[in-house]
Amino acid sequence: MTDAAMTAEPRVVLSARGLGRDFAGFTAVNNVDLDVRHARIHALIGPNGAGKTTVFNLLTKFLQPTRGRITLMGTDITRMAPDAVARMGLVRSFQISAVFPHLTVLENIRVALQRPAELHRQFWRPLSALDVLNGRAGVLIDELGLTPWRDTRAADLSYGRKRVLEIATTLALDPEVLLLDEPMAGMGHEDVQMVAAIIRELARHRAVLMVEHNLSVVADICDEVTVLQRGEILARGDYATVAADPRVRTAYMGSDA
Amino acid sequence: MSGSTPTPSAAAVPQAPSRPGVTAALVVAGLAALIAAPFLFYPVFVMTLLCFALFAAAFNLLLGYTGLLSFGHAAFFGGAAYFTAHAAKVWGWSPELALLLGVAGAAGLGLVMGAVAIRRQGIYFAMVTLALSQMFFFACLQMPFTHGEDGIQSVPRGMLLGLIDLNRPLAMYFFVAAVFVLGLAIIWRIVNSPFGMILKAIRENEQRAISLGYSVARYKLSAFVMSAALAGLAGGLKALVLQFATLTDVAWQMSGEVILMTLLGGIGTMVGPVFGAGLVIALQNRLATSDFPVTIITGLVFMVCVLLFRRGLIGELAASRIGKTLGMRADT
Repeated sequence: MTDAAMTAEPRVVLSARGLGRDFAGFTAVNNVDLDVRHARIHALIGPNGAGKTTVFNLLTKFLQPTRGRITLMGTDITRMAPDAVARMGLVRSFQISAVFPHLTVLENIRVALQRPAELHRQFWRPLSALDVLNGRAGVLIDELGLTPWRDTRAADLSYGRKRVLEIATTLALDPEVLLLDEPMAGMGHEDVQMVAAIIRELARHRAVLMVEHNLSVVADICDEVTVLQRGEILARGDYATVAADPRVRTAYMGSDA
Repeated sequence: MSGSTPTPSAAAVPQAPSRPGVTAALVVAGLAALIAAPFLFYPVFVMTLLCFALFAAAFNLLLGYTGLLSFGHAAFFGGAAYFTAHAAKVWGWSPELALLLGVAGAAGLGLVMGAVAIRRQGIYFAMVTLALSQMFFFACLQMPFTHGEDGIQSVPRGMLLGLIDLNRPLAMYFFVAAVFVLGLAIIWRIVNSPFGMILKAIRENEQRAISLGYSVARYKLSAFVMSAALAGLAGGLKALVLQFATLTDVAWQMSGEVILMTLLGGIGTMVGPVFGAGLVIALQNRLATSDFPVTIITGLVFMVCVLLFRRGLIGELAASRIGKTLGMRADT
């Protein structure tokens, strides 16, 4: 951890209090408090079925919470629509890579740029109207090393590059808070290193909350860790604290199962 | 970058872009065929075919490019036919104004039906549109201005812009052909526009489009209204061509027929629905005078297509080696 991270805690941009969600009598998430801070990487970990993705869906409003309150940069977003939350600067990725498969890499990124550029309603203008976005899209493509695949359809990219494209698309929105659902899942070792470096870089100017199973990555890049088990918070703190917690060890080793 | 990924050289080969020269050649050939058609075939047959081709292309804007299966498009097609026929016959409006009223009426119907149906997904969306179009069917059956089972008969074609007498067969034909070309051009523009790009994105991955901040319901509703308006253009045109508007055009079978035409030709292709409509109308026309039961034959053709040409006739062609050589892209 760097010295900067040791100084005063940066501001909280996304926070949840008493968050809960029931599915037909089954409590998937219960009483979750979470604070995601600017320029920090916050990991959400826990065994399978702990409710990590449900928490993600609740925070991004893809699911409506049964209980609790969510605030984004001081605004209560508990009852807002997912697209409105996205427009406020809370953008998520998905567990299963979310690209537009039949669009090229360039087109994928331009789709993200079209909304802030107010180029998404014009049904009377030719596609060449979108060429003004090529410069900004090109910079992103370049930064993430996708330049050789600029005109390749997303469906034809390798798995790792699809994930990179997804991150590039998300970055195109320049979000304040980034929620990444298992960004490393299914990746080879080298891709993991590459994506970890990308995430660390983009967390310099924004808050990142990520679900991740790869604990060495979590240990490596995350400033704060929250452990979920059966929908509730089991432990929180920095990685060393959490890893030393006997309850966390039990949950992961499964000796209580 | 990784051993698990394919070699960059294989992945980096850019796809062949649609060759502008080929597209231009196809457009010219199509226009030449349009001009030659009335001298080779019975003009009313060709005009009817063009109306259905435009209807199918309008339907495809929704199914092929937005991914919404409407089972109620007959309401827009048949509804517009009634509006246009009534305006031309009872109010004595000129054909172009009567046609515009049909378009506006269909768009209005589309807005109401779409607003109710658009938040439903998949089969539920199809069922809601079917239910609403059935309600409209019964309204048409009961309302006095539609004349119930009789329909609106002997609709005058009138004078286009007060200048051109549309009772002359060739004048009428070229008017219909011009409206058809205009309709297809509008659809082509919508599909290949910044808005069309968002529609494609929504069709490809709706959740992702939401997470990028797009309120997908609005785009879907806009596409629904556009598709309804263009279906109305086709329906109004048909009322002027055949000079009548009847319950046949608002019945659910018509909604099924346009799905059939679009699937036969190939969804998500510009020319597919045109060919699909041509095939269905030509078959119906041929079989009408024979002893074969039309519905069974079209049903068989449909089954064969579903089994052999999943992408539709034009979709298969585009995906084939010939299509690749010509630089056709299945999704454009």
